[in-house]
Amino acid sequence: MTHISVTVDGTTYEDEVEPRLLLVHYLRDRLGLTGTPIGCDTSNCGACTVELDGASVKSCTVLAVQADGGEVTTVQGLARDGEWTALQCAFHERHALQCGYCTPGMIMAARDLLRENPHPTSDEVRKGLEGNLCRCTGYQNIVRAVLAVAEGETAPAGQAASAREVTA
Amino acid sequence: MIPPAFDYARPTSLDEAVRTLAEAGEDAKVLAGGQSLLPLLRLRLAFPELVVDVGRIPGLRGVREDGDTLVIGALTTHHEVIQDPLVRRHAGLLAHATETVADPAVRHRGTLGGSLAHADPAGDLPAVVLALEAELVAVGPGGRRTIPAREFFADYLQSTLAPDELLVEIRVPKRDGWGFHYEKFHRVAQSWAMVGVAALVRRDDGHIAEARIALTNMGATPLRAPAAEEALTGAGDAAAVARAAQSAAEGTRPSRDASASPEYRAHLARVLTKRAVLAATGMG
Amino acid sequence: MTDQAVEREVGRARLRKEDARLITGQTNWTDNISVTGLLHLAILRSPMAHARIERIDVSPALQRPGVVAVFSGRDLADGLGSLPCAWPVTEDMVLPDHPPLALDEVRHAGDPVAVVVARDRYAAADALEAIEVDYEPLPPVLDLEEALAEQAPLVHADKGTNRAYVWPLRTGEDFEAVKQGADVVLKRRYEQQRLIPNAMEPRAVVVTPLAASGEYTVYSATQIPHILRIMLSTVTGVPEHKLRVIAPDVGGGFGSKLQVYGEEAIALAIARKLGRPVKWTESRSEGYLATHHGRGMIQDVEIAATREGKLLGLKVDLLADMGAYLMLVTPGIPILGAFMYPAIYKMDSYEFTCTGVFTTKTPTDAYRGAGRPEATYAIERAMDELAAEVGLDPVEVRRRNWIRHEEFPYTSIAGLTYDSGNYEAATEKALALFGYDELRAEQHKRNERGDTVRLGIGVSTYTEMCGLAPSRVLRDLRYGAGGWEAASIRMLPTGKVEVVTGTSPHGQGHVTCWSQIAADVLGVPFEDVEVVHGDTKVAPQGMDTYGSRSLVVGGSAVHRAAEKVVEKARKVAAHLLEASEQDLEFRDGVFSVKGSPEARKSIQEIAFETFTSHDVPDGMEPTLNSDHVLDPENFSYPHGTHLCAVEVDTETGQTRIRSYVCVDDVGRVINPMIVEGQVHGGLAQGIAQALYEEAVYDDEGNLVSGTMADYLVPSAADLPDFVTDRTETPAASNPLGVKGVGEAGTIASTPAVVNAVVDALRPLGVHDVRMPCTPERVWEAVRSAQSEQPSGSPRKEASA
Repeated sequence: MTHISVTVDGTTYEDEVEPRLLLVHYLRDRLGLTGTPIGCDTSNCGACTVELDGASVKSCTVLAVQADGGEVTTVQGLARDGEWTALQCAFHERHALQCGYCTPGMIMAARDLLRENPHPTSDEVRKGLEGNLCRCTGYQNIVRAVLAVAEGETAPAGQAASAREVTA
Repeated sequence: MIPPAFDYARPTSLDEAVRTLAEAGEDAKVLAGGQSLLPLLRLRLAFPELVVDVGRIPGLRGVREDGDTLVIGALTTHHEVIQDPLVRRHAGLLAHATETVADPAVRHRGTLGGSLAHADPAGDLPAVVLALEAELVAVGPGGRRTIPAREFFADYLQSTLAPDELLVEIRVPKRDGWGFHYEKFHRVAQSWAMVGVAALVRRDDGHIAEARIALTNMGATPLRAPAAEEALTGAGDAAAVARAAQSAAEGTRPSRDASASPEYRAHLARVLTKRAVLAATGMG
Repeated sequence: MTDQAVEREVGRARLRKEDARLITGQTNWTDNISVTGLLHLAILRSPMAHARIERIDVSPALQRPGVVAVFSGRDLADGLGSLPCAWPVTEDMVLPDHPPLALDEVRHAGDPVAVVVARDRYAAADALEAIEVDYEPLPPVLDLEEALAEQAPLVHADKGTNRAYVWPLRTGEDFEAVKQGADVVLKRRYEQQRLIPNAMEPRAVVVTPLAASGEYTVYSATQIPHILRIMLSTVTGVPEHKLRVIAPDVGGGFGSKLQVYGEEAIALAIARKLGRPVKWTESRSEGYLATHHGRGMIQDVEIAATREGKLLGLKVDLLADMGAYLMLVTPGIPILGAFMYPAIYKMDSYEFTCTGVFTTKTPTDAYRGAGRPEATYAIERAMDELAAEVGLDPVEVRRRNWIRHEEFPYTSIAGLTYDSGNYEAATEKALALFGYDELRAEQHKRNERGDTVRLGIGVSTYTEMCGLAPSRVLRDLRYGAGGWEAASIRMLPTGKVEVVTGTSPHGQGHVTCWSQIAADVLGVPFEDVEVVHGDTKVAPQGMDTYGSRSLVVGGSAVHRAAEKVVEKARKVAAHLLEASEQDLEFRDGVFSVKGSPEARKSIQEIAFETFTSHDVPDGMEPTLNSDHVLDPENFSYPHGTHLCAVEVDTETGQTRIRSYVCVDDVGRVINPMIVEGQVHGGLAQGIAQALYEEAVYDDEGNLVSGTMADYLVPSAADLPDFVTDRTETPAASNPLGVKGVGEAGTIASTPAVVNAVVDALRPLGVHDVRMPCTPERVWEAVRSAQSEQPSGSPRKEASA
């Protein structure tokens, strides 16, 4: 067992873990933070993407011990007082999710993308999300959602967003 | 899937790391970013007794100049390599090729040293350091050792590093003024290169004075393409490049797998060499 | 019935009610479920395609830390029967036993052999390595044609054959006679590679027992909680009324979760045996072996036509790969396709034969489109071949053969009555959006120049049958159940509404769409409607979600149930307003007396009145609820025209999609935003079949494309932007006029893409590329075509 101290979504946790414990299992099974799902075992799908020390990582391909002393942000840590982030709003408003399983990872990857490149082209968004697979949307609305945030079309708003309508 | 159990060491100095590796012998695996090792562990294709996490050893990360050479710490992540102004200025081929490695999240964790030590012939960076004629510096119980890139890759997933040696830095000769291009051929953005060609070209008076061509996934190790390099020398137009590229697959032994036949790989090596050189020279 | 309700909701792009949970991580995937004392299962799987189990010793695994129990197939045999097949397509179909855990023999790589029960998932995974199994290898059966040969090794030795069934359909004139009189006869072979569905959520199951009363709750990542409940009862012997099946948040299915899986039965059997809650979650690479595959067919297609390109007859000979066992609807999948080969075309003769073949591979079953994409692919590819043969534009050859809009309703040669459609309109719209003529002109120029990168244009005009299904038709097809759907509406005392549906959504947006439908009929706000689903205790009746059926059948049931509520409310309103029912108007949720608009009662007020029941008409039951079970009278027939332009690099063989345009007619649209999303996703999967995906087996029967690193699910970087549009010809067979949209994109896109690839290469002498059109296959096709024609000059393709 190895001692780790990890801050997740603003809360610091101290734990004894097996060295082989994957960060994603630590989040899900030990901390009960099940908002981050697992979609594969080869780090291809990106469903488990979180931020570790400010950069996107695939939490199935990081050991919990590697995150020792680090700061993790998951999809569960994005909204503040029920206020969604611009990306969360955009995913909702642009219908960028269907089953929603890839969504946490997709949003985390998109955050990273926009941090690096605040005004991407459509092709740059597609390239930037190459590590995250979605089987429902065909990606088009995901790309639209990310571009909408980049173009400032979606301001962070409360959950009242769900009552609004888009023209399609 | 779930990794098998292993012991874990997180040395805080290079000395400690080397000592730990020396004590563990063949049963230890070095963990840097973990982007190659963890998938192997999860699929239970590797069963190390001990995993030595070198990720926090100070001094192994970052890029500095040493005269005509760039010195890149083995723990420098792909992301850092891509962003680094020194790399972009003096070893553009490396920055350019690293952009094609895996995806952004993997590039945040994966390291240059880790990719090279993994010695996967389908990896992009082994061919690139071969083309750059980089030197790889390892530290072991006997001290430091400098290994030319062409002597580093021994076989499929095998480097010439001893089990108790740690790759610490990659020394890349500056190639200012050379044209470069990495032509990667893969079926989807995420998949490994079916074939890749790293081209580094120096031109003189409109003609190719010197060409370095290295091939990804054309054998058990990354390979140089000496016949093509020789044939390219003196080429002054696209047609001459195309002719020279015909010899790109000479001496290679590409494998047959689910994604391609050896014949097709050889064909691709020729086509991609032509394209890489044309892109590197701007002749296309 | 009801007055003309003002439709405020249907047709609007309502944002989804489902999203809030999903974008904040407050999800309830099956693997998220944890209960005190939960035990974890891990399954040992056969490493071989075919072998006899000589010896199995689970005891060493019991010694491993954290292990609670280990079972082989024999250990659980008492509480675990054969897994079900609900679709015996012929009377004499060969139906082998399918034990959830192998007893004596394993028949595909990944066939379950033993199961470990441990205190956590890590301990369970570790203990698998300690189980000892001796296998006596048996010959694998991999090739469909070889499997049918005399003396072929058998997948199920006791059955004496690898032929599961032969299913024929012959309609119209005799094909051989028609062929005699035809100017053109083309024979083509197409292969439908095996595909792995890849729902993003891997499968998982949790079973919690209430031992004292013998009740079990099964949480499963399933599309079919209702069917699963019935089937788990028959497999395990737990009485149906003691089983509660819950489909929590389910992360996609695409048919792969339309199944009764061994792991679900095993988990229930173990929870029952140990009296402890258990969980099993598959890993992705495990799922590649354990979750059913799709497609897997060889199609021999023969068409007879006139030299003007008029179709006379079609003959299809199909070999369908069943895999090792017949699962829930395995044998029926190609039969769903049988009716779709004639597609939108008129002809005089149709002959179809399907032979189901056992192989030592993962069983096949429904995958998005299920039989219909395969059929559409074959006919749409063949139509292009016909066009090339008679020297017509591919669009023109379709025009000469399709059913004209004024001919509806039209009974196809396969016996389906297409209620409505307008192929001309969809095609014209698509051609305009695509810029067809301009692209043809560019293509011509590039071909003249002999460009290395060729431009190809592919068209696909499709229809499909969805809205499964009229129960009597299912009887005729020997399917084991009906095709109805149930809905209930409960008006609550405060005027809010609960809609209970028997459909089981896993990404489709039923909660949003059913709310729109109910809100319009009832005249209540969209926000006041809650939709309840996916739990056999709270939505006790249903036939679940697959085959683009949910809106057509389930949505129509919601509509009808809501109308029943209004009918009852009208009686109450008439009573309270002291007016006759005929004198009442119902608009925007308010009953008013014609001519005296101040006399009014809202449906919410009536809900409260029926709750107190203080003053309702004599003999009326209290409360304002309704149930409706709807059995559709016909299938629905979406259709559309898809156009794809590709650039094919003849030097490397790489194909890039340059543009993709589709115009679909899915009838009336409840929510255009959701419809568009369904089309996008369907296109991605259909394109993936055309260009990227294939489950590859080696000569020993190992799955080579065994991880997500080897099986190429395309990412955003690999797919283009799509241009989607619609025409709207309402369906005549249901009250909403809807047709279903879940599978349309998948069905139409695969042939559109491959037709484009072949179109690009046709001047080089290529007339087919096997799917997926990998760069190497394209390169090889060009190379062999060039070596056959010495001059290297363009030529017209010779007939085969």
